[in-house]
Amino acid sequence: MAYKIIVCAKQVPDTNEIKTNPETGTLIRDGVPSILNNDDANALEEALKLKDAYPGTTITVITMGPPQATEMLQECLAMGADDAILLSDRALGGSDTWATSNAIAAGIEKVGEYDIIFAGRQAIDGDTAQVGPQIAEKLGIPQVSYVKEFEIDGKEVTVKRALEDGYEVIKLQTPCLLTAIKELNTPRYMYIKGIYKAMKHDIKVWNAADIGVDLTTVGLKASPTNVFKSFTPKPKGAGQKVAGDTDKELAINLLVGLKEKNII
Amino acid sequence: MAINFDDVKNIWVFAEQRHGKLMNVALELIGEGYRLSREMPEGTKVCGILIGAEEDVKPLEAELFAYGADEVYTLASPLLKNYTTDGYTKVLFDAIEDIKPEIVIFGATHIGRDLAPRVAARLNTGLTADCTRLDIDMVNYINFLEAKTTCNTKGLTPDDPKKALLKQTRPAFGGNLMATIITPRTRPTMSTVRPGVMKKREKDPSHTGTAIDVKVNLTEADIRTQVVEVVKAAKELVSLTDAEIICSGGRGLGGPEGFNLIREFAEKVGGVVGSSRAAVDAGWIDHSHQVGQTGTTVKPKIYFACGISGAIQHLAGMQTSDCIVAINKDPDAPIFEVADYGIVGDLYKVIPQIIAEWDNAEALLAAAEK
Repeated sequence: MAYKIIVCAKQVPDTNEIKTNPETGTLIRDGVPSILNNDDANALEEALKLKDAYPGTTITVITMGPPQATEMLQECLAMGADDAILLSDRALGGSDTWATSNAIAAGIEKVGEYDIIFAGRQAIDGDTAQVGPQIAEKLGIPQVSYVKEFEIDGKEVTVKRALEDGYEVIKLQTPCLLTAIKELNTPRYMYIKGIYKAMKHDIKVWNAADIGVDLTTVGLKASPTNVFKSFTPKPKGAGQKVAGDTDKELAINLLVGLKEKNII
Repeated sequence: MAINFDDVKNIWVFAEQRHGKLMNVALELIGEGYRLSREMPEGTKVCGILIGAEEDVKPLEAELFAYGADEVYTLASPLLKNYTTDGYTKVLFDAIEDIKPEIVIFGATHIGRDLAPRVAARLNTGLTADCTRLDIDMVNYINFLEAKTTCNTKGLTPDDPKKALLKQTRPAFGGNLMATIITPRTRPTMSTVRPGVMKKREKDPSHTGTAIDVKVNLTEADIRTQVVEVVKAAKELVSLTDAEIICSGGRGLGGPEGFNLIREFAEKVGGVVGSSRAAVDAGWIDHSHQVGQTGTTVKPKIYFACGISGAIQHLAGMQTSDCIVAINKDPDAPIFEVADYGIVGDLYKVIPQIIAEWDNAEALLAAAEK
């Protein structure tokens, strides 16, 4: 059996590399590399494993973002995806998770039939984990989030869903949406033939009109949530350095300090 | 479609339970909801929302009242025995449409973060993820911005036109940036809130309220996933959020065996073992121990950071601890900027000394005061 797979991915700034300007409370994005979001790489890898196991399976990666997000899509193609779609339009800019899911759901409906949608659990820039479930809701299909193991037999999907203190085993039928966590797999690297293929592959760029989305449901103005203020936390301020010439003195002075303040 | 503003009232707390046991965050949110409700128009109530099988949820009503709930709505059905996205979404969506709360808050657990987005999308309302602070009162909010952030509050006044809105503050970009989000045009306002951040009220077993059974309309066909089994992890359960003392190790341990010392330390001081992401990524310890933006947020009485440099994403998860003790060889490590007590030294030498002297603290203080 061959499957039709859609992978939802996002290009994100590498948050480990980000610095902020404490004066203005804004991000310094210059020189920060843009990467394929970590959990989305796991989503793509699971799709690629399925394609390895079931020849004829096709993988379409979809994203929403500015034109430079094509770089991330090229990386996905070089890893082995068959097709890539960028939803890009000023009318989609500033969308919150609700508006984003309206746009991506419309894009997926234009792609047509699918068996499984894989998405990452959350993106490292926003950390919301909301877009995957909200796409599933807009498409009217069942979801499982926090997927750490995946199996498929015909139309029956069996997954392990991670909980804080264990996991659940869940069965459901395709079509469905699954969100991946890093425990699911180890993403592969791009391969030379893939990179070559990706360079020659046209990435489809669709605007709001192409996907036929209701303009009152996308973009900044339609988004039900708004940013009221953004800022950086004030550094807490250093306390005291514990004095002491020997390790024992350091330990004793610490304990005296903690005891004095009734902390212990 | 969107709910009329004039009809909405009260704060709902999704009182998440698993197998008849309330999650801690449910009680934290009842406490937070209680606090917020008293800043809203008089008569605003905090309501606990229980969803599950009758035998699991009925006994929990009294506990929610004891922690401050004014009302408890119970949505019970045998089909809700296990959490399913479809089942819980349907009954909660129906109840929200019918009863019209103004605000609905969820714990940002694996279940809360699965359910809330689905319900919010069905309601076509806004949802803010993983909040670490909620405000109604404008004065409190302005005070917070001035005391704890670099935000310019010029132009913000207690009479701001947005003053009645729930101000939902959350970290983003790996904790590098904070944002306050509002939901100005649709109701209910919905948020998920990070476990371990809000405060429970003191338990008052004599406090009671109104228990309301909500009729649920749910059939087997509504639920498209089948929970085959629920498995509790055999590994030691790490309850970082409840710990009063946490001993955390990081890259400075130099290898997985370093956690033997951290475990010994934690055992001595009655603490729980935590770790930085670097130690987890290196495979030295399980992810369940990770403190930080992508791990657990903690607020213990004492946080011992041992060989942890203090990356922003780690600080985001522990900097509100009551007291932070940092032990690190590098005097320039950023962790010292948030530490109440900093020890520049070799953790392998200093920690054994702390362990050895821990029980003598009282005598040491007496000797020091002489």
